[in-house]
Amino acid sequence: MNYKFDFGPVIEGLPDLLWGCLGTLGLALAGMVLALVIGIGGVVLRDSPYRGLRWLVIGFVELIRNTPFLVQIYFIFFALPLAGIRLDPTPTAIIALGVNGGAYAIEIIRGGVQSIGKGQIEAGLALGLHKGQVFRLVVLKPALRAIFPSLTSQFILLTLTTSIASAISAYELTSVAQNIENNTFRSFEVYGVVTLLYLAMSWLMMRMFAQVTARHFSYPVK
Amino acid sequence: MNGSEFLFLLTGLKWTLFLSAIGFVCGAASGLGIALARTSGIRPLEQATAGYIALFQGTPLLMQLFVVYYGLALVGLKLDAWLSVAIGFTLHASAFLGEIWRGSIEAVPKGQTEAAKALSLGYVSRMRDVILPQALRISLPATIGFLVQLIKGTSLAAIVGFTELARAGTIISNQIFKPLLVFGVVGVLYFLICWPLSLYGARLERRLAAASH
Repeated sequence: MNYKFDFGPVIEGLPDLLWGCLGTLGLALAGMVLALVIGIGGVVLRDSPYRGLRWLVIGFVELIRNTPFLVQIYFIFFALPLAGIRLDPTPTAIIALGVNGGAYAIEIIRGGVQSIGKGQIEAGLALGLHKGQVFRLVVLKPALRAIFPSLTSQFILLTLTTSIASAISAYELTSVAQNIENNTFRSFEVYGVVTLLYLAMSWLMMRMFAQVTARHFSYPVK
Repeated sequence: MNGSEFLFLLTGLKWTLFLSAIGFVCGAASGLGIALARTSGIRPLEQATAGYIALFQGTPLLMQLFVVYYGLALVGLKLDAWLSVAIGFTLHASAFLGEIWRGSIEAVPKGQTEAAKALSLGYVSRMRDVILPQALRISLPATIGFLVQLIKGTSLAAIVGFTELARAGTIISNQIFKPLLVFGVVGVLYFLICWPLSLYGARLERRLAAASH
């Protein structure tokens, strides 16, 4: 092996790469917010009395979960203009991420809601809590506790998925890396460093969520 | 889209299936090794495999493919695109399957290991005849779930330049300027492969849950 490593271009491009990291995190965050909205709406529709709506949600979830994100993002990228919606690649990517994450969020949130037994609610009411209290203390908090780990790992997965948004050249880390690579041909160095940046981001997120879990969602030890 | 264009998509589908199969089979073989090392009780081995798994779970699959692709070229291996992509998916699958199977091995009740030891079974026999068959059953739903992820993941080989189903779709879409039709069909093809697997996995999971109650 007589290859000479040259990290010069990477070091020079480091500010750009760090901005790319912010782009990635922003994309993931916006996508996750949209995913949660779709998730909550989906759960409400999924358990609605109308059979048509229920099947629509089930079909949506199965369709999204059994097709690749790359195909979804291409489809949305080409479908939006036809529907008369002209968006830049980055908002388009947010929509694609939200739709994709939403399908998984529906399943996760639904699991959390179902984990609250009906008896719990009845017990809360019997204890004289009013409806708002029952919802907040008996339904919401235990449900959040139940779904928080899955939701946060879904969030991290979504963050890693944003790299595919480079296929429609949305602004995020991978497309920044591709630009640097195109200009310098230091492919291995660039992608190696970028891989480590992704690793750092997902590690930081994991630590942060673990902290939140420990502080807000753990049962008192006694 | 005429017949020959659809046929081109099917050729891409063939490569998608081929790539998934290679990644899964080779990944399963090395994943088993990783799961065993991860549960071996030998500290350095456990830490090394834990790091390997964390590396693959904490980075995007696309980056893994890029690094393997350019990394192999670096060490002087002039490989076909498909071979380096296959190696990339194998490494990816080995880490994820290794982690899934580590969990399953640890989910087998400890008494099983103790009983096997009491019967003075050696490590190989204990694993092969007692632990792994039970772990396999526990791991099956998650393993099938990962297989679906892997099949969907092979679409990223398109970005590296390997002509499987997703890239075949891009090529045809550029030719006939009907992206919605083409990517719709491509999506349906993926769905037809992945959905039955997902349903099967969900059924196994329900059965497993019912059996353990």
